[in-house]
Amino acid sequence: MTTTPLQSSLAFGGGARGALGRRTFLALAGAGLSLAACGGGGGGSAGQAGQPDKGTGGADYTGPAVTLAFWNGFTGGDGDVIKKIVNEFNAQAPNVKVTMNIYQWADFFQKLPAAVSTGRGPDVACMHIDDIPTNAARNVIVPIDQVAAALSLKESDFSSAVWQGGTYKGQRFGIPLDIHPLALYWNKDVLSKAGLDAEKPPTTRDEYEGVLAELKGKGVQGFWVSPFQFTGAFTYMSLMWQFGADAFDQGVTKATFDSPEAVEALQWMVSMTDKGYSPKNVGQDADYIALKNGKNAFNWNGIWQINDLKAQDKIEWGVGPVPQIGSRPGVWGNSHQFVQLRQTKPDQNKLDASRYFINWVSQKSAEWATSGKIPAKLSVAESPEFKALKEEYSLAPEAEYVHFPPATAGIADALTELYNAVNSAVLLKASPQQALSDGAKKATQILQDNLKKYGG
Amino acid sequence: MSTGTRTEAAALPGAAAPSRGAARKGRRSSAAVAYLFLAPYLVLFLGFIVAPAVFGIWISLHDYDFALFDKPWVGLANYVDLVTPGSRDFGDFWQSMGATGIFTLFSVPCLVVFPLLVALLLNRAFPGRTVFRAIFFLPYVLGVAVVGLLFRYILDPNIGVVNYLIDQQIPWTTDLPWVWVSLVGMTVWWTLGFNALIYLAGLTDISRELYEAAEMDGASKWQQFWNVTLPGLSPVLVFVITTTILSSANMFGQYLLVTKGAPGTATRTAIGYIADEGLRSFRMGSAAAMSYVLAVVLLLISLINFRLLRDRGASS
Repeated sequence: MTTTPLQSSLAFGGGARGALGRRTFLALAGAGLSLAACGGGGGGSAGQAGQPDKGTGGADYTGPAVTLAFWNGFTGGDGDVIKKIVNEFNAQAPNVKVTMNIYQWADFFQKLPAAVSTGRGPDVACMHIDDIPTNAARNVIVPIDQVAAALSLKESDFSSAVWQGGTYKGQRFGIPLDIHPLALYWNKDVLSKAGLDAEKPPTTRDEYEGVLAELKGKGVQGFWVSPFQFTGAFTYMSLMWQFGADAFDQGVTKATFDSPEAVEALQWMVSMTDKGYSPKNVGQDADYIALKNGKNAFNWNGIWQINDLKAQDKIEWGVGPVPQIGSRPGVWGNSHQFVQLRQTKPDQNKLDASRYFINWVSQKSAEWATSGKIPAKLSVAESPEFKALKEEYSLAPEAEYVHFPPATAGIADALTELYNAVNSAVLLKASPQQALSDGAKKATQILQDNLKKYGG
Repeated sequence: MSTGTRTEAAALPGAAAPSRGAARKGRRSSAAVAYLFLAPYLVLFLGFIVAPAVFGIWISLHDYDFALFDKPWVGLANYVDLVTPGSRDFGDFWQSMGATGIFTLFSVPCLVVFPLLVALLLNRAFPGRTVFRAIFFLPYVLGVAVVGLLFRYILDPNIGVVNYLIDQQIPWTTDLPWVWVSLVGMTVWWTLGFNALIYLAGLTDISRELYEAAEMDGASKWQQFWNVTLPGLSPVLVFVITTTILSSANMFGQYLLVTKGAPGTATRTAIGYIADEGLRSFRMGSAAAMSYVLAVVLLLISLINFRLLRDRGASS
């Protein structure tokens, strides 16, 4: 989730008009041919879902020299940090050499299944908590309960949501690396200029609406509401949880983001435009750019923007937990987790070395946090190293009430309907009730299809 | 291949007449050479177009996900879903087909007419002609990512430079009908140079003598254009119209970068929806079925297009 919309959309940039467009079309017409032709189903290889595997859990590695391929989607500032960590690992591990490939997340999730089923997949990868079930169900990643056991990781080491999210059908597939929640960013210059306290951001609905009203009086639209996934849908999901709703029912068989509380949350968000606190028609990234340009005062954006703001000196800014608008605290977040990929020709040494690598990097999660993350491990999150990261540490309280997208196979398909509903409502093309009802109806249909496809 | 041809030629009963046989043999071997030269393309064509296309039909008859072992046969269900109101794909698919239709309807006339005007201008002799030719063609060398991001920022409703300059709040990238103006406009700016180049090539092919003759007959500039230029361009016109329709119908990158489908999913094109279905939701059977529906529609349009233009070409 470290991609901005700018980055994530670039990933699809290849479909040009003209010859390229036609090629894209043909490629789609025969979608999956080349992939499927060499797929071979991959039955029965070691480490396949449901099969126990032997080998070490990764506390150390004593086998012969191996080279590991490591894929991830850290295209932002976090790419530099992971490169540094990998270099440090390579320098101290004589028998293991890790080579890393960084893709745009959207490319990553298209390439990875194809690469794995042709036997060209990496040994280790990082993915989001809600991608794990889809990839486990599609036989792309393998269970790593043993790693957790060997590293004696237990639920109490982590916040429960981040630990539970790494599992699928009772088996562990992900080792949590970080948590990256939404945060409140504010432009101190804009607040100071309006005569407001720039060091004391609003934390409640009354405070927030009060500040926005004052800003409006000074001619500033203080809270630009984006209609897009980045950051509008994340803002909406945070509000939805704050108002006591949830996107899906307990078993994730039915979309509930059209419940009265969920509708109320979206109504509040749309009311920001009605009240003139947000301009209409906020474009992709415009909410954040306006914050950096001094036109916007508040932006609910990912913790990963910290480094981007640190890199500029045009504005004074602050970051803290998102205000509580609803009846309870709540915020959208996601988590990067380590996974191991299914291999068509399993190599126990590589498996062991991968586990050693995962283990080693997990210990470095305070360093990883410098890329704008909260360490997943509670002990690291409370370490002096993390506390020294002033901005990131200020968001640590959010880890206690952060909500992740549900870890269910194929969930991204259903969430797309939620994003589309938010888009329609924020752009005032449909009422919040109408947009969410329509979206939820489709999302439920998708959930039912996915239940059939991936099995409940 | 050449061995086979030789044996065949020798075994022919007609080989009794040596001269005739030699001629035939010559023809045969030149055919063999032709096939030989065609072979590389043929192999690529078969391997990357025909085979995937046939395999795509197979995929469309299954609930297909290449990563799953179980790929249940569903017969024509994927196609039936596309024409069954209330099915999962019906609404979205036809909305996306409609979006593609709107885009094609508005972009094709622009991309047929404007490049022709540009080509006519650039075909005249004036200082700096080469520079202008380059300038008009230049945007075409940019990738869709560059063009898309560029327009997304300059057209941003609140912080874009266009609205700043005209002092308006026009929702270029977020509301109808402006999104279509933006998408068509940027595509015309971007690809106009390519069609203009084709027209230019066609214009240089029209003999000067025809214009001289027309002039002597007292034809005005307009009459010359109508009776000499246009008929002379007619094969080029068929090519331009056909390829422009096809490439417009395959619009994908522009909407993905500039509007992300906004408002709602109004600007998500057919190719966009097919890509989402096949490569993000991994519903490849359904995506393949949609591809075939789109392909058949495009085939029909191309046929109509050929027929109309051929008849017109014949009558003039």
